[in-house]
Amino acid sequence: MVTIQLAMDQTPSEAARDTPLQTAETPQTSPDLGGQSDELTKLHPNHVKALRLTAIITSIPFLIAALVGEVMAIFPWPGVILGPVAVIAMFLILRLPMRRHMARGYQMSDDRLRVVSGIWWRSDTVVPFGRVQHIDVEAGPIERSFGIATMTLHTAGSHNASVHLPGLEEGLAREMREDIRAHIKRDTM
Amino acid sequence: MSDAIAIGEPQRTQPIGLIVTAISSARQLVFPLVAGIFALRDTFSGFWLIALPALAVIALTLGLSYLGWLRRTFIVGEEDIRVESGIISRTAASVPYERIQDVSLEQELLPRLFGLVSVKFETGAGGAEELKLKYLTAAQGEHLRDVVREQHAEEAAAKTALAPAADGLDAAAQAIAEEPAKTLFTMGPARLITNGLFQFSLAVLAVLFGLFSQFDNFLPFDIWDVDLWVDGVSDQTDQLEGLGLAGQIFGVLSALGTLIVLGFATGIAQVFAREWGFHLEKTARGFRRRRGLFTKTDVVMPTHRVQAVKLDTRWLRHRFGWHGLKFVSLASDFAGSSHVVAPFAKRAETDPIIRAAGFEAPSDRLEWHRASTRSRFDAAFIDALIFTAIAIPVIIFAPLIFVAIPAVLGVLSVFAELYSWTFKRHAVEDGYIFATEGLLSPSTQIASKVKLHSVEISQGPIAQRRGYATLNLGLAGGSFAISGIPLERARVLRAQITDSIASTDFSRINAA
Repeated sequence: MVTIQLAMDQTPSEAARDTPLQTAETPQTSPDLGGQSDELTKLHPNHVKALRLTAIITSIPFLIAALVGEVMAIFPWPGVILGPVAVIAMFLILRLPMRRHMARGYQMSDDRLRVVSGIWWRSDTVVPFGRVQHIDVEAGPIERSFGIATMTLHTAGSHNASVHLPGLEEGLAREMREDIRAHIKRDTM
Repeated sequence: MSDAIAIGEPQRTQPIGLIVTAISSARQLVFPLVAGIFALRDTFSGFWLIALPALAVIALTLGLSYLGWLRRTFIVGEEDIRVESGIISRTAASVPYERIQDVSLEQELLPRLFGLVSVKFETGAGGAEELKLKYLTAAQGEHLRDVVREQHAEEAAAKTALAPAADGLDAAAQAIAEEPAKTLFTMGPARLITNGLFQFSLAVLAVLFGLFSQFDNFLPFDIWDVDLWVDGVSDQTDQLEGLGLAGQIFGVLSALGTLIVLGFATGIAQVFAREWGFHLEKTARGFRRRRGLFTKTDVVMPTHRVQAVKLDTRWLRHRFGWHGLKFVSLASDFAGSSHVVAPFAKRAETDPIIRAAGFEAPSDRLEWHRASTRSRFDAAFIDALIFTAIAIPVIIFAPLIFVAIPAVLGVLSVFAELYSWTFKRHAVEDGYIFATEGLLSPSTQIASKVKLHSVEISQGPIAQRRGYATLNLGLAGGSFAISGIPLERARVLRAQITDSIASTDFSRINAA
């Protein structure tokens, strides 16, 4: 198609022109150029369970409200409220957490972290360790009961001021935090 | 009034500041007071019903501000500036010199009459969290700024280890502090008038109308009464008809002329009030900007705090080659807006400022890249869909001729979308990223690769299927997005940018 031609035929020359600049400091091993190394590390399987439990807790009030509506018989036909609500709840509890889990992933290299998420609105963020201001590892009651945690990287940028990476095994999250922290320290000195 | 600032001693702000505070708070009471007196004007007891609470409020405000003043002290210490305040619950704030990005002096009209300034220590925390001293004398403000500057210079000298001996260090600090300032940009009256002509605005009409509606109770007629206006206009028409065609044309022309003169006058007045005496210079400490006719401000921005620069314009002034230049940084003029460093200038004037800030101005030899043609088609298609959706109820409920309105608007917007694509482009060169956008008034943003904090490739549902993406760059104090570029291009850009970021640590950029 004509589409890509305009922008794409400039890309090789552009890349070629920039390489001398890069080789000065980094060898030719740009990790995620052109998307060849798209192998993302998957999140812990318990992440799905945690998402499901959250979805269950969120849908309970709606199910109760629908039940009350059924009992009070607002509409003359039975199941007209509870039916759709139950179907939506089933989707939110069974299907969506799995899809969200499959869409998420991360990639940790020695100087940057890449975080991917989103089904419809995909976001693929790279945070170099040298720009991390501080790191949080937090786990709410649900996450804690499944032994997982969320790691948050804070940067000084206004966009993406904090990048969240949920669904990490708790020990791994701490380990990653230490890794990143060690990097910040070494780079600064 | 003592004009010197004693180091290491607790002191208070200027007592005259209390009068200023009292007057400005009294100003807020005027409207309710007048309204209340007007409402109860017929009853004698009504007057006291209003006056007593008002007096009580004034007394209370005065008392509280006096107590607040009495309990607020500041200490200019060896290493930091400390402010203790609070009448009952005390707050002690301390800001180390090395965290103070700049010291801004601001003079509103009223404090200026008393020779007072408010001093703001910008730390990058932004907004209400900034430390502010209200009010000091102008000389004290200058002195404080010098103190902060000397501290910075001494640190810089100590860091580079220019002179190990104590007296040598002082000399180095002195040299850095007193390096002559280089003027980068000024605006004389002629430039202000030109700027004002392009600032044509009928906002004053809206303000007048707003005032009328505010005080419509006081007017002898009701401005919302349609009949009155219709009567008035038809009276006028009767008169005009008596004047004949030439008279009518003259009437319309003079009305239009009045509007135009009013619009230009408003624009010029606005520009004069805001930009009077605009003076931008580069000192050893960074950029210094002074401006304002009634409210005078004096802002210093350290060069290394500039995160990106923004070159923008408007559709008409663009035809005459006029631009505005802003610095994106964590400090800002108002909430959420960047520092204006050249409000109205030619490219020949803005480019040296861009270079002085350590950025590169966009040039013709840049290799520009366009957005994906698929994103162009999709955007135009969505526009067409929206206007079709608007057209459907029009077809159903209105006479057929009205369909022309959404149809024409739809065609126009589709063409604008398609045409504006040619103005949307980006380039990367020598560690700088350039992005330009806009059909009638193109705006350009320039960022430095190493001053970015993260890079995100984001795709909506359509973009995912059509293979293009938006590149969001994490910029401190601003936003920088390049939209609609092919996914492959986005990945290449991201790899380039993150490689540059990873090779320079953030703390090293700010230490520069």
